[in-house]
Amino acid sequence: MAKTSPAIADQTVRLQMYRMMQEARLFEKRAQDLFLEGLIKGTSHLALGQEAVAAGFAASLRDDDLVYCTYRGHVHTLLRGAPMGALMAELMGRSNGICGGKGGSMHLTDVSHGAMGSYAIVGAHMPIAAGAAWAAQERGTGQVVVCFFGDGTTNIGAFHEALNLAVVWNLPVVYVCENNLYMEYTPIGQVTAVGNPAADRASAYGLEPIVVDGNDVDEVHETAVRQVGRAREGGGPSLVEAKTYRHGGHSRADPAKYRPEDEVKEWLARDPIPAYRERLLASGVEAEAVDRIEREALVAVERATEEAKAGPVPDPGDLETELWADGGSAWRN
Amino acid sequence: MAELTYREAVSRAIAQEMEHDPTVYFIGEDVAAAGGVFKTTEGLMERFGPARVRDTPISEQAIIGAVMGAAMNGLRPIAELMFSDFFAVCWDLIANQIAKTRYMTHGQVALPLVIRTANGGGVRFGAQHSQSVEGWAMAIPGLKVVVPSTPSDMIGLFAAAVRDPDPVIVVEPKVLYATKGEVADGEIVDTLGSAKVLREGSDVTIAALGAMVPRALEAAETLSGDGVDADVVDVRSLVPLDVTTIAGSVAKTGRLVTVEESPRLCGWGAEVASIVAEESFFDLDGPIVRITTPHIPLPAADALEDLAIPSAAAVAERVRATMG
Repeated sequence: MAKTSPAIADQTVRLQMYRMMQEARLFEKRAQDLFLEGLIKGTSHLALGQEAVAAGFAASLRDDDLVYCTYRGHVHTLLRGAPMGALMAELMGRSNGICGGKGGSMHLTDVSHGAMGSYAIVGAHMPIAAGAAWAAQERGTGQVVVCFFGDGTTNIGAFHEALNLAVVWNLPVVYVCENNLYMEYTPIGQVTAVGNPAADRASAYGLEPIVVDGNDVDEVHETAVRQVGRAREGGGPSLVEAKTYRHGGHSRADPAKYRPEDEVKEWLARDPIPAYRERLLASGVEAEAVDRIEREALVAVERATEEAKAGPVPDPGDLETELWADGGSAWRN
Repeated sequence: MAELTYREAVSRAIAQEMEHDPTVYFIGEDVAAAGGVFKTTEGLMERFGPARVRDTPISEQAIIGAVMGAAMNGLRPIAELMFSDFFAVCWDLIANQIAKTRYMTHGQVALPLVIRTANGGGVRFGAQHSQSVEGWAMAIPGLKVVVPSTPSDMIGLFAAAVRDPDPVIVVEPKVLYATKGEVADGEIVDTLGSAKVLREGSDVTIAALGAMVPRALEAAETLSGDGVDADVVDVRSLVPLDVTTIAGSVAKTGRLVTVEESPRLCGWGAEVASIVAEESFFDLDGPIVRITTPHIPLPAADALEDLAIPSAAAVAERVRATMG
């Protein structure tokens, strides 16, 4: 288990982040295809375009750190180290899924990798993350908790309750707002009292307002290392607002017609992945090294897809299991 | 053996569990320095320190979220929700998060936590601080719910709740805080999911919960003067529900009356009545009767509140009519 966070991004870390973003992108594109094929049902909320926020933070964490994220959480769970095949299988409702098929797209959890859940009720996980950080503080584990949430969360009560408690108790938690400019279908600016929905609220809790370019993985990573390190050393919580953009709609059902064409075009041009590829090449990384990462990411996704497709549907006997710690669901004698 | 008030039993119960397990922490509004608004947690902070017994802001979502997160990361936390009416401001955390997480994660997440809360009427607080909401918790798969009616049960059931690996809601009838009862010396640990026959009788089963238990016992005494011999069952635990004890009593008496403080619709007695009707139908000599508060919010005025909540006299009268 790594005991220290990398202080600055060396080339190894940068290539690791490139791999993370590639895997995340290809995984979600495949998930999108599987939806269209009818192999994944229900809904899904893709983070295509937002991968740099997840990768920059994921590369800054210790193995025993804990991550909380939202229903737009495939990428965070994957980049925390959850096995890709089991994630894909969970999306497909198979018994080899990470939650045995009981969670689904909006409830991915892999405790063994510190992926403490994707939370589908907006804001709920913010106080839960504070609680996990409280336990870390009391037990003296040195863990840091990172809690990702969307811009829409900044207008719900739990956001404010959690930030206040985290500050009052000086908890080792980093709250990361992934501001993709839209609260579901509505521009966040249209329904929020301030311009930066998270950062402009920071001062209310005595926190530094931190805004980063969420499409620049190096910038995200630098901020992550700093804020995670600060939390680990007892410096308390922080609130980071990462500006980014979803390439698609809010969910599978949303074609995102409400977004101006020029805006979409501008943000697609700022896609974090090709931009980072160029930057890596310009910094002297061999094209072959980058190409290899892309090839390997595709192979990983192919393999995960096959593994998921090969998985059986859940056994009917699983329906009434695992409500209680005894493995069952009995409510009477 | 000592005589304790219910409120003293609450603090003894928490102290017992904090002594027993160093990972037990306790948080809530005014619970530490002030000793609790009902004086149920006096002396705990002094004894266990301000880290383990900690005041929170008035932030019920933060309180409940915090105990959930802490339970995910190695603590065995207890939250006090000052009034059970406040479930309504943190129900997402309880019903959507705490209750469902083990199931949704296929058993990856254990949540050994307790939420204890002051419930019910009888103290003239009006409609928003007097509700009996145990049925809300009972209706959500993934929550265990106990309602101790005596100081001794408060300690024993609370200890069982804290030591249980699943989330448990401990519902404390606030009207009972001042009542007294005998409590054994030493550690008391009871069992979740066990009802108790408090009075043996052969004519009718009166199943009661929480603050209705002493009233059911009083009604039984009145009835015995009329030659009606009532078996009184303290249900104690709604989830898990001890059907065996209740059905066993009905098999003996042939009649069932439930006494519930909650408003009429969907109270725990409806579930009990449905089970007994389905499984013990041929033991019954007459219709099952539910005595509840009317389906209204509770009024504040003492005259009206007393009219609304089933009294011992009302229970006796209704049972007598049932025996008719």
